[in-house]
Amino acid sequence: METEHAETQWLTEKAEFSLTELVELSGSSVEELRELVEYGAITPVNPESSQWVFPGQCLPTIRVACRLRVSFDLEPHGVALVISLLDRIHDLEAQMNSLRAQLPRRVR
Amino acid sequence: MKYKDYYASLGVQRNASSDEIKKAYRKLAHKYHPDVSKDPAGEEKFKEVAEAYETLKSPEKRAAYDQLGTHPPGQDFQPPPDWGKQFGDGQFAFEEADLADLFAGLAAGRHRPGRQAGQFRMPGQDYEVTANISLEEAYRGTEVELSLTVPEQDEQGFIRRVPRTLKVRIPKGATNGQRLRLPGRGGKGFHGGRDGDLYLNIAVHPHPLFRVNGHDLYFDLPLAPWEAVLGATVEIPTLSGPVHLKVPPNARAGQQLRLAKRGLPRPHGAQGDLYAIVQIVVPAATSERERELFRELAQGSTFNPRGRLEEELKSGN
Repeated sequence: METEHAETQWLTEKAEFSLTELVELSGSSVEELRELVEYGAITPVNPESSQWVFPGQCLPTIRVACRLRVSFDLEPHGVALVISLLDRIHDLEAQMNSLRAQLPRRVR
Repeated sequence: MKYKDYYASLGVQRNASSDEIKKAYRKLAHKYHPDVSKDPAGEEKFKEVAEAYETLKSPEKRAAYDQLGTHPPGQDFQPPPDWGKQFGDGQFAFEEADLADLFAGLAAGRHRPGRQAGQFRMPGQDYEVTANISLEEAYRGTEVELSLTVPEQDEQGFIRRVPRTLKVRIPKGATNGQRLRLPGRGGKGFHGGRDGDLYLNIAVHPHPLFRVNGHDLYFDLPLAPWEAVLGATVEIPTLSGPVHLKVPPNARAGQQLRLAKRGLPRPHGAQGDLYAIVQIVVPAATSERERELFRELAQGSTFNPRGRLEEELKSGN
């Protein structure tokens, strides 16, 4: 019987996927995923190993990469470039959000 | 079947060249693609643009589309009598079909799953939805109802768009921007293919008091000048109910007082913290007695709040 935990999965660094699992879940080919690793768009937790394991956050990234490739007819290198720029935007937004949260509001 | 004007969706003339169609699509995709656009209506706009391009970029599908004639967008229409035979195998279900599915069927040609049952394993579609929840719901975990319009295949193998309501449980541990995967809760797989997954993007509504930063929460703690100097024990709200916070003497404005593990729970690991940011507030109206006490304080104190400014002024001279 499935437990409550098995029905949902937070896509954080604690959830890990093998290359085969990512292929199945994202609909990308092994070759496409290898290229994303090569161009630095996704990074396995064990880059030196022959059996790559990826942190959970990679799955949404790969899904975005697939959509960008199809929608904009992009080469793997172009996809990786857009992904890295989107990552920077997300990091900046997170920093901005963090600073905004710590900024006192006007006291009425 | 409702007519959609694909040329209007892309903002091109009906006689536009394939190059013009491609350029128009790319321009609109840059503007509305949900992965790169901040436009809240971008996703819907992009779907419309992508659907139009999907048909108009293929000369075969474009010719088939042109043969449908022109109708006002949204109006019910019937394709010409021999349209189905000319462009497919004639077995289209026009009545309730969506134009996009009709052309997707054209692309599949004679490989429509309904006609070759058992031969192709087709995984179900993944769905991706934003779930808007309150901060309290993120704290406790919650159940949300999601309304989706999804393509589903009927017994004959025809694809129809049907509204579906999904009830899903969001366990505690959510925060803004976090992703949750619900395996097998997407579209049904066909011929032994696995069911698709449901992906939730969590968006937490702004809260009137607490500001969210990851799993930590921040709020402003107003203190009277004497409370800041002397220290105080104040009652403050938290997501788990009111608690007493001891403010140390000589609290400074902007100082962050941490209440460990009073933030949002993390899916794996320790709970986030709650931070009270000290704000020193002066009374808007003071009585004569209060002003007298402040005057006494002003006379008796050697405190100089502008020491650094004065040093700066001196060094400038």
